[in-house]
Amino acid sequence: MSGLNPTGWRPEMAANDGSTPPMTSTGNRALMLEEALIFEIGTAETCGVDIAPAPTINSRLANLERRTAIGLPGLSEPETVRHYTRLSRQNYAIDLGLFPLGSCTMKHNPRLNEKVARMAGFADVHPLSPQETVQGALAVIDQLAHWLVTLTGMHSVAMSPKAGAHGELCGVLCIKAALEARGEDRRVMLVPESAHGTNPATAAFAGFSVEDIPATPAGRVDVAALKARLGPDVAGVMITNPNTCGLFEPDLREISDAVHAAGGYVYCDGANFNAIVGRVRPGDLGVDAMHINLHKTFSTPHGGGGPGSGPVVLSAALAPFAPLPFVTRTDIGGFKLVEEENVGDEHPSSFGRMTAFHGQMGMFTRALSYIMSHGADGLRQVAEDAVLNANYVLRSLTGVLDAPFAASGPCMHEALFSDDGFPDGFSTLDVAKGLIDEGFHPMTVYFPLVVHGAMLVEPTETESKAALDQFIAALASVARRAKRGDPALKTAPHFAPRARLDETLAARKPVLTWKEAPLPQAAE
Amino acid sequence: MRYLPLTPSDRQAMLATIGAGSIDDLFVDVPAVAHLDGPIAGLPMHASEMAVERHFSALARQNMAASHHPFFLGAGAYKHHVPASVDHLIQRGEFLTAYTPYQPEIAQGTLQMLFEFQTQVARLFGCDVANASMYDGSTACWEAISMAGRVTKRSRAVLSSGLHPHYVSVAISMARFTGDVLDTAVPVLDADMGLDALVAQIDDTVSCVVVQYPDILGRIGDLSALAQAAHAKGALLIAVVTEPVALGAIRSPGEMGADIVVGEGQAIGVGLQFGGPYVGLFATKEKYVRQMPGRLCGQTVDADGKRGFVLTLSTREQHIRREKATSNICTNSGLCALAFSIHMTLLGERGLRDLAALNHARAVELAERLSAIPGIRLVNDSFFNEFTLELPIATRDVVHRLAAKGVLGGVSLGRLYADQPQLANALLVAVTEVVSDDDMTALVTALTEILGAGGAA
Repeated sequence: MSGLNPTGWRPEMAANDGSTPPMTSTGNRALMLEEALIFEIGTAETCGVDIAPAPTINSRLANLERRTAIGLPGLSEPETVRHYTRLSRQNYAIDLGLFPLGSCTMKHNPRLNEKVARMAGFADVHPLSPQETVQGALAVIDQLAHWLVTLTGMHSVAMSPKAGAHGELCGVLCIKAALEARGEDRRVMLVPESAHGTNPATAAFAGFSVEDIPATPAGRVDVAALKARLGPDVAGVMITNPNTCGLFEPDLREISDAVHAAGGYVYCDGANFNAIVGRVRPGDLGVDAMHINLHKTFSTPHGGGGPGSGPVVLSAALAPFAPLPFVTRTDIGGFKLVEEENVGDEHPSSFGRMTAFHGQMGMFTRALSYIMSHGADGLRQVAEDAVLNANYVLRSLTGVLDAPFAASGPCMHEALFSDDGFPDGFSTLDVAKGLIDEGFHPMTVYFPLVVHGAMLVEPTETESKAALDQFIAALASVARRAKRGDPALKTAPHFAPRARLDETLAARKPVLTWKEAPLPQAAE
Repeated sequence: MRYLPLTPSDRQAMLATIGAGSIDDLFVDVPAVAHLDGPIAGLPMHASEMAVERHFSALARQNMAASHHPFFLGAGAYKHHVPASVDHLIQRGEFLTAYTPYQPEIAQGTLQMLFEFQTQVARLFGCDVANASMYDGSTACWEAISMAGRVTKRSRAVLSSGLHPHYVSVAISMARFTGDVLDTAVPVLDADMGLDALVAQIDDTVSCVVVQYPDILGRIGDLSALAQAAHAKGALLIAVVTEPVALGAIRSPGEMGADIVVGEGQAIGVGLQFGGPYVGLFATKEKYVRQMPGRLCGQTVDADGKRGFVLTLSTREQHIRREKATSNICTNSGLCALAFSIHMTLLGERGLRDLAALNHARAVELAERLSAIPGIRLVNDSFFNEFTLELPIATRDVVHRLAAKGVLGGVSLGRLYADQPQLANALLVAVTEVVSDDDMTALVTALTEILGAGGAA
């Protein structure tokens, strides 16, 4: 990569006089190792797998044999292990420390769950296997479904959605199908302005026009404004509870009753279910549909951005419209799938299918393992400790960071702060990058949009008091540096594998794949 | 509870700091109607690691695992050997327990991996660019149809009869709500894929033609003429690849003119997992990149001038654009993309080509043995590692009888197309490198016995 500066030298850096770390010839810094791309270190001839020679046959490839190189580099097994191990060490992770991303619920991922998901009877089973050969797998789906329905106090659950946003889509499509079945063409979906971006995107995809509902100064949905908007054109409301300000919506039952009376449905974004699991059943609040992020509340690993899993619990009103396939019990004590072939008899109002197979089986095993480990008592403790930890963070930072809703009472599972009090030129982003140098992943920043320079801290229940105290001290230290205008914060992080990255350049001239550098001109 | 670090005295000290008398004081906003006094009734209490593991072991034993039996199922999910190092590496906590790389300075491992993954997928499919993955092949297929609508500003899509019926079902379910019009058809048990008939369906109202390659019956055909016909009418060609190993042996759809190539990446690195999680692959031409759904990783530099990677072009995405986003997708399939990328790196160009050659050769061997059984007709002229047989009896029953003999013998089209009696006797058989000579003999023997007995019955 000509033109780059591998040692990271900057003009303002002093010479190697001992006051700054000396530069190395490799760019490495002891255990912090630079790693080239596979395209720069692999070759087309290298292979890390031994493959038996193919027997001689008459090819039946319709004269479409590949004639050109694909351009895939190979590495031997030792090179592969080293490449990905080196890459892994450039990542922050829950296994390394507290990961306080608000609304993401980054909790410990128990390793028992990894073990059971890898049992051959689950990991090595084909989705179209004859059903009598997969009764144990279908039992896992049925057992998890029973837990989810019981924990939420709902009628039934659609298990197949692949992630939270996919689950939202499932719930909204159930609402749309229910309205169609009633012969009503309601076009408006009400969404509070504090909602996750997926809510309006999902509603728009399903053909609804999205209208914002404002928040009160106390950070709750403005119930009066919502009720005033209800009418024969309103399909429903998408509401998050606890909401994205980290607050419980105490009026949800009243909202649900009003929406139902006006002929609409209530979608609840279940991203924050961790705060109330085992203590509150959304079904008791009048919810018609709610997705559950198994990768949040029920600890399946986030994996650097998926796979997720988003089962949707449904009220009796929406259950008939749930998508295929799903598991039911047979008369003789076994399990069977309801699919296209028997949908007419078993589930004629289904709106169809959301994915090729049965959903995220690998996440179902992990989530069920987590749920059984905790039990009804442990899950209640999960919610209590998650809420306790968040309130401890909130109150421990009183006087250090502005907490716009602290006066209105306790928070739920996440503590929300604003950038109020930072001097000109210092922002939430600087605090986030400063936390990186302190060895922590930053909190969620600039969300929810209703708070200026928002910092949303969700510690989760799997952090000890000692870990929280360390984090609180680090965040307080960085916040004080911001308030006194420490210029070193503007260029943080200083100790991460990379300094601040130029996101504008990345978007203006997108480089999305690796390309060989042009061959240098031969010397004359 | 082994996953909860707080001690009772921690909890008391923290409540004191907060100024709350009890934990219930923190839930004061919960109205009485929803307040639960204790653990939810009717559910078990917590369980030890050993007890939970025993519960799952017992359930796992009730399932017939692919590696324990002669195994020939495909139809969109394939059993390949995944090297041990793949699963070891994806379980490193720094990959497994990381979040979406929103803080790129401390997520370069995930980001560089995604950049490598995008490049591998783009090259495999013969496209300029690929995204950082979708949920699975079926959702990627619908997203491609949706994207073609945005590019062409048309809303009628022509779906080939050879497209996986579950992919068709997903598209129909979504189109019902978006108002898109889909032309669909069921396959005919013939060696001809029907590409010429597809050409005849294209007019200047069509946004895209969607064709699977190899198709649901395993057939392969040259897509070049179809691409030209689509382009002549201003439509896009979308190719769907459910078995990416095939592209080690046959030309890529991009080479033949496909505008969007999507696929199911499960075959490489991911494993069967009873249907998920899998990894959707999505690639297209450079000029359409701003209409793509999903996350994209891009190269840039840091403040010191070092190369680094970030998520980019997020102005297409829901967290910025909200109701105007190209898709509502948020989470993708990052860890499965990692597994795909590691396995592909272990294979490399030579390994993928050798693996594909082996798969094809073994499939040809088995196709010849099976089609020699009296009463069985091989439908395909062309195929890669999966082909369709026509039997004299309904295959819905045959697969159960094979399973009773310990053989997982294929996928019945009678299950996939329950309302199409003309397909009831068809069986899809997939053959990969994991199939041994003994496995083949077991299937040939069992099918011969069943057809002999079936003829008598």
